[in-house]
Amino acid sequence: MTPGSFTISKEDWSLHRKGFQDQQRHQEKVREAIRQNLADLITEESIIMTDGKQIVKVPIRSLDEYRFRFNYEKRPHAGTGDGKAKVGDVLGREARPAPGDGAGPGAGDQPGVDYYEADVSVEEIEDVLFRDLELPNLLPKEQEQMEMTDIRFNDVRKKGLSANIDKKRTILETLKRNAMRGQPGIHRISPDDLRYKTWEDVEQPTSNAVVLAMMDTSGSMGVFEKYMARTFFFWTVRFLRTKYQKVEIVFIAHHTEAKVVSEAEFFTKGESGGTICSSAYQLALELVDSEYPVRRWNVYPIHFSDGDNLSSDNDRCVQLVRRLIDRCNIFGYGEVNQYQRPSTLMSAFRAIGDPKFRSILIRDKADVYQALKTFFSPVPVEKDAS
Amino acid sequence: MNRQEIEQLEKSIEQMMELARGFGLDFYEMRFEICPADILYTFGAYGMPTRFSHWSFGKAFRRMKMQYDFGLSRIYELVINSDPCYAFLLDGNSLIQNKLVCAHVLAHCDFFKNNVHFAHTSRFMVETMAASAERIRGYELAYGKAAVEQFLDAALAVQEHIDPSETSRRRPRDWEAREERRRGTERPATPYDDLWELDAPVREEARPEPRRVPPRPEKDLVLFLMEHSRVLEDWQRDILSVLRDEMLYFWPQIETKIMNEGWATYWHLRIMREMDLEPDEVIEFSRMHAGVVLPSKTSLNPYYVGLAIWEDIEKRWNDPPEEARRRFGLRPGQGRAKMFEVRETETDSSFLRNYLTKELVEELNLYLYQKVGQEWKIVETDWERVRDALCAERVNGGFPVILVQDGDYLRNGELYLKHEYEGVELDVKYVEKTLPYVHQLWGRPVHLETVLDGRPILFSYDGKKGSRKFL
Repeated sequence: MTPGSFTISKEDWSLHRKGFQDQQRHQEKVREAIRQNLADLITEESIIMTDGKQIVKVPIRSLDEYRFRFNYEKRPHAGTGDGKAKVGDVLGREARPAPGDGAGPGAGDQPGVDYYEADVSVEEIEDVLFRDLELPNLLPKEQEQMEMTDIRFNDVRKKGLSANIDKKRTILETLKRNAMRGQPGIHRISPDDLRYKTWEDVEQPTSNAVVLAMMDTSGSMGVFEKYMARTFFFWTVRFLRTKYQKVEIVFIAHHTEAKVVSEAEFFTKGESGGTICSSAYQLALELVDSEYPVRRWNVYPIHFSDGDNLSSDNDRCVQLVRRLIDRCNIFGYGEVNQYQRPSTLMSAFRAIGDPKFRSILIRDKADVYQALKTFFSPVPVEKDAS
Repeated sequence: MNRQEIEQLEKSIEQMMELARGFGLDFYEMRFEICPADILYTFGAYGMPTRFSHWSFGKAFRRMKMQYDFGLSRIYELVINSDPCYAFLLDGNSLIQNKLVCAHVLAHCDFFKNNVHFAHTSRFMVETMAASAERIRGYELAYGKAAVEQFLDAALAVQEHIDPSETSRRRPRDWEAREERRRGTERPATPYDDLWELDAPVREEARPEPRRVPPRPEKDLVLFLMEHSRVLEDWQRDILSVLRDEMLYFWPQIETKIMNEGWATYWHLRIMREMDLEPDEVIEFSRMHAGVVLPSKTSLNPYYVGLAIWEDIEKRWNDPPEEARRRFGLRPGQGRAKMFEVRETETDSSFLRNYLTKELVEELNLYLYQKVGQEWKIVETDWERVRDALCAERVNGGFPVILVQDGDYLRNGELYLKHEYEGVELDVKYVEKTLPYVHQLWGRPVHLETVLDGRPILFSYDGKKGSRKFL
């Protein structure tokens, strides 16, 4: 070939997967990072406030490629104007001007993004979050409403649908028959050799369950307290609807008196007034007895409050909770107590000491994740002291 | 591109090569390869089709591919500095687009072949990188994927800190021998040489000063780690040497971005103008060219600025001003000759320093902008300051200069690095996150001296926690 000559070729590149493989490894690392950041992520306002439809930007610092580099914000950069640019012109505010641009090949890619942000959809978060959660102590109850039908191939027969022919067993039969005749080998498959896979319907009775979501909406519940409680119930609802085909959720809001509210009201309505927690427990108890009888339902009452209950009501609360515990699978009590005030209700509940009673103290955002793990794990999780 | 289009492209390339040779371009044999977008973007992310695997390339690939999918940016070609020269064309390009790209690529190849700063780059890097990638793959099998990845994470963090200068290549690396010579403890050349010294006055036997490692500040951190770290396994040293060789190979490309892209753009214009094009092809070609040289408010488009400087050189040397004719004896009509001389000898920093004139800065409306409070504001349009800032930005490929001061700091085997501060501070967060990587490679506490708010400061990492103190 003379110097300066050339060839053109077009190969089949379909097996060249390196970029995709390394991309996958990168995605794995992103998921790892999500797992590590889960406690912070699930209280992300952009998720809770937009009903979980959004894609959130998650700062994933571990995926930065760290190196010694200049401080982007403390050095001048060059640009080209349209002929009229002069000193003092403002190119952008706060957010840095879009790095690089689409100008042809090798568009600029400046350093400067403070941290690498991954777009994470709510589904991805749920995927990681819900993996270890489940309704504890779920018991079979009569008159199954929650029913999962499934099919299972578990039998081989001589008659069946030709789509379900079991090739391996058929060949084995042929081999056996031919061998018996003294002509070993695979030839002439007779109708007698045919084997079919068959199935049976499996009915998996799963039990009815109802979650009684009770929330304190009294005046003492500040912005933070309400936000924590709502965040918890937000994920609870999504968790139940994702993992269980049919779980009923009853929303109860209370201050001095309790009432059953709609989901939308539960998550948005603000109330004020004093706090009598027993009102909610009383209502819960009535509901269980009238609509969700224990012989047919698994009952999960979960109550969130700031613990600032009317002191004279505490004894009554304990009694009612004891009665509820007799009927339910677990009773969850979450107390949002940012400043660690001495809480009368929590100390009153300490006396209960029933394994079905689970409680958690929420001091900051990250504890919501702990709360989910506490209430929805098969065995109670040891509470983290820190 | 279908069969027919490829045949047409083949004919055009023949024609374009003829034209290019006529212009005086001198390139290697060309291997054009037409590949789909995801493959081209893979190569773009790795810098080379055969490079080793690492998640950071996957991250780059994902970002580039996404920008392509959303129509935000597009790589038209990828050309490899090798002999024969490989050029990858995008399958989705139209015929005329690929024609332009081929013309562009021929000029790149000419640049690779003739610019003196590429003279030492290996022209077999495709094969070398394939072999290195294969070895690294072998290490994954032998020592585990996680171990190799963890090591690569650390090694990639310091990969820019090599010494690509001409002088370092010629300087012998055997410090010990040089030091011995300096101290005059060489063996005498003949058995009688020591007789000469009998006439010299008796000297007090000077105590040998403690041997310093490195004897003088060492710029090549990667090489220093390879040679002096006590914790690296052989395979890890090998990976460091792979990264170092690859960085040495890529270095001239980092240093000649504006020149190289400007050169290629200059020539694709000249070549395409000579071709017979249909009217609609001319429109498409012009549109694509305009997209390539689109100026940007927030960055320097190397295609745009490079092209402007090259055309200006041609103009000024074709028709030199009266004074230059008188004083330097310049003859008119030397434009092309001058261009070929410049493409042979310069890099971006000298290119900008020598040929970015006052008139050009004003014509291009070049400016500097910086963050002032919450706003990004234009802070400078004076041509000399702009030019000097552009040159300064390109020192050491745009990376901070880090020197190894002491490999036995405090007589405790600690590593003392020093950032050569030249007015731009380091990103503190990144320093604190990078030092653990250096520690991983060195195995003992590491320190980095730099300047923050006008005061020298020392960042340290001892394997458990980082600290900083003003000196």
